[in-house]
Amino acid sequence: MRWGVVTFPGSNDDRDTAAALERVLRDDVIRLWHKSDDLEGVDCVVLPGGFSYGDYLRAGAIARFSPIMEAVRAHARAGGAVLGICNGFQVLCEAGLLPGALVMNRSLRFVCRDVVLRVENGSGAAVHGCRPGELLTIPIKHGEGCFVADDATVARVEEAGQVALRYVGPDGEVTEAANPNGSTNGIAGVRNAAGNVVGLMPHPEHAMDPLLGGTDGRRIFESVRLWVQGRRT
Amino acid sequence: MSARTRVEVTVAMAAEQGLTEDEYARIVERLGRPPTYEELAIFGVMWSEHCSYKSSRAWLRELPSTGPRVLQGPGENAGAIDIGDGLAAVFKIESHNHPSFVEPFQGAATGVGGILRDVFTMGARPIAILDSLRFGSADHPRTPHLVRGVVGGIAHYGNCIGVATVGGDVHFDARYNHNILVNAFALGIAPRDRIFRATAAGVGNPVMYVGARTGRDGIHGASLLASAALDATDTDKRPAVQVGDPFCEKLLLEACLDLMAGDHIVGIQDMGAAGLTSSALEMAGRGGAGMVLDLDRVPLREEGMTPFEILLSESQERMLLVAKAGSEERVREIYDRWDLECVVIGHVSDDGTFRARWRGEEVCAVPVTALTDDAPVYRRPVTVPVDMAARSRLDLDAIEPPDDAGEALALLLESPNLCSRAWVYEQYDHLVGGATVVRPGGDAAVVRVDGTQRGLAVTVDCNTRYTRLDPYRGAVLAVAEAARNCVAVGATPVAVSDCLNYGNPEKPDVMWEFQAGIEGIRDACLAFGTPIVSGNVSFYNETGDQNIPPTPTIAMVGLLEDVSRHLRIAWQEAGDAIMLLGETREELGGTEYLAVLHGLDGGAPPTIDLDTERALHRVVLEAAAAGLLRSAHDVADGGLAVALAEACFASGLGARVEVETGMRLDAFLFGESQSRMLVSVSRDETGAVRAIADAHGLPCTVLGEVGGEQLIMGTAIAVPVADIRARWRAAFVRRLGL
Repeated sequence: MRWGVVTFPGSNDDRDTAAALERVLRDDVIRLWHKSDDLEGVDCVVLPGGFSYGDYLRAGAIARFSPIMEAVRAHARAGGAVLGICNGFQVLCEAGLLPGALVMNRSLRFVCRDVVLRVENGSGAAVHGCRPGELLTIPIKHGEGCFVADDATVARVEEAGQVALRYVGPDGEVTEAANPNGSTNGIAGVRNAAGNVVGLMPHPEHAMDPLLGGTDGRRIFESVRLWVQGRRT
Repeated sequence: MSARTRVEVTVAMAAEQGLTEDEYARIVERLGRPPTYEELAIFGVMWSEHCSYKSSRAWLRELPSTGPRVLQGPGENAGAIDIGDGLAAVFKIESHNHPSFVEPFQGAATGVGGILRDVFTMGARPIAILDSLRFGSADHPRTPHLVRGVVGGIAHYGNCIGVATVGGDVHFDARYNHNILVNAFALGIAPRDRIFRATAAGVGNPVMYVGARTGRDGIHGASLLASAALDATDTDKRPAVQVGDPFCEKLLLEACLDLMAGDHIVGIQDMGAAGLTSSALEMAGRGGAGMVLDLDRVPLREEGMTPFEILLSESQERMLLVAKAGSEERVREIYDRWDLECVVIGHVSDDGTFRARWRGEEVCAVPVTALTDDAPVYRRPVTVPVDMAARSRLDLDAIEPPDDAGEALALLLESPNLCSRAWVYEQYDHLVGGATVVRPGGDAAVVRVDGTQRGLAVTVDCNTRYTRLDPYRGAVLAVAEAARNCVAVGATPVAVSDCLNYGNPEKPDVMWEFQAGIEGIRDACLAFGTPIVSGNVSFYNETGDQNIPPTPTIAMVGLLEDVSRHLRIAWQEAGDAIMLLGETREELGGTEYLAVLHGLDGGAPPTIDLDTERALHRVVLEAAAAGLLRSAHDVADGGLAVALAEACFASGLGARVEVETGMRLDAFLFGESQSRMLVSVSRDETGAVRAIADAHGLPCTVLGEVGGEQLIMGTAIAVPVADIRARWRAAFVRRLGL
């Protein structure tokens, strides 16, 4: 499995994501520079967390115009796997590769803590290997993670089973108290209709090592790997 | 544009630059002529308290700064210690107090930006930030605004640049109502043989300017804002506060680390206080060289800037470097990749003179040593504060222990100084970098050192109730608590960075407090073998006639050889024995308990015996190395009852312990006797822990056991953990009205 991790100016979790994939999953990782338009044959492109281009204008709004994003769009159109994490999710929404948008948390404050997520649907690349209903504990860290869309889009996304992950309480129920940012229907991650492009606010790369607080993040990356392998055969 | 108008310099103008009449006379004598306007301004900043340490330098020499691990002691951008595996830990703490009071968001943000630059200038990748914050009373109308601004500013800068903010401390005291403290600490890791220094050498080597453009912000931040007391017009000083751009600094960080991976530069220095002037002069001073700068080549943000403004601007996210001749193209390529400005603005010279040219004219030609080595050094007079005896007056017999000790505990846990800080640290990205092992909320944060088995513990401490009551002992206690917090996570304390926040040094009683603080830090650091490798002095923390309490913030770094063996404060399992290492004495002076429940802040702070403290460290570290400890927690503010409650909150498990008789109940529950550690141990291993304690002559008691849903202390306290935890968690937001 060959992963590509994009570095935009202002990407922060690119090194952590690459390290997690290389050291924990023992996969090949290619570091992709934002000024390049060559994906170097990777199976999955990861758009990492951070503050691409300083998040000036709007989170992810400038990154979508970078040369690498042209290549990412083509890769996505061809059915290739794309995973956007946090700022990467925001970039994918801005680029029109995923429905909806991510706006300022309802608290108006940045929030960094572990959250419990419920796997909603087994068909997207990022949750392919998880059981529907499975609970994962993975940290979030964002100021603009409140998922919103117009009513019709939300209905369509829900109906088509495009919600990948939801914020839930320890018992697996969607509640107001368990929703850290005010996201519509507690949505923490969505996929496109085809399932090859997935965006999530939580950071699986920060839940890979028991020493650092947990290993549930592996379930996400292993799912992508399984999905890519399944598509190849 | 017309040529520069010559300005006749006068003594009155010297005063505007913060220079005294004597200092001005000294400048004229040293130069053999009156200075130009630009030269005067340069002397003003370089001889300011902030840049020259003129009131503290003589005292700072008393602090221990050497040791087998020390790779770089004080005097560079940051200190560095050897942590094994060919790596160095590079760290420093620095104040940004006045800017944060005047403009809390940008003041705190640029405090973080500045300390990060100090660390990556040395060639280290920053991996952790901590912040020590002192606000006024939680009830003061301005406090919530300052808390929101400062925390927001730290979060903004640290989160955006992508360095984890892993810990810190927050305290409230009415004595900071008009002068808050923001002390920012950063830690980075570098290869031990690739530490870069701020030096200029090699005649003809190019001096290069990299990073953001120069604007008109922050002019006189060092001389007027940081080196003078605040007054009622403090908001007028807002233009002296710099504005930070963490995105730009992120690019600068990555570009500098790329540059330092190669062999292109002689020295590098960030442009911090006093901007281009100070960085150029410090580099030339250290290298024993001269420097010629062409101010017309400095990238500017706006037109019409004068040479004075270019020299003194404190615009952020800028660096000055001396490249090896012939490397200019390669250096430029690296910064170009990150879309940053990179310009040759001068060269290293051999005449020991700092020259600045602007539009064909030499606006400044000053011997470098006149500005650096010849800066004044003052041994200011000291006297014991007149109210010293009154501060420590306390009649314990007049104080009634509380009728309901359980409610007293709950009130303590709700106090602004002891309640949960989650509102603060959840706004900080404390995970980026993938190194955070012990997250905020423990005794010390623990970060893993990438590519090794090792970990580093980091903590910042200073109890200013103690330092006010006894400036010497309070400083000893600050060092001891920092060391104990490292030990509590299983780390051996190795080195210190200190941030000495005091009032007006021209007042002899403040200077006495400062001297006592230095002596306390010296004695404690010698006892623990923890040299001071970096730090900062912040004087003039005075508004009107009110000086802040002495606040020598101690940032301690500890080393874990095997990070997987770290300790946490949370109980692990019901049925484990709870043991207290160390001795509880009847000591209530200066406690949080007296302040919260009785409205008193007098008395003598707790006593400390440094041999006993060291014995405690050895016992905990030996027991931890033997795998005997399941949790450990320093007993500090709020005493044993609060320490027990915190271990319950972290785990969700209750505890039942016996209460010692033979002393006041409130002293046992809430007294703050030093050199104590609360540990939990598997039932059948209490004997082994006791044997280690006995071997070091340290008292050791089995207090009770972990389990249940309540915290029970003898017949005095029986409270459901969930109830007091909810109150502890909600208090910060509720008390501050956030």
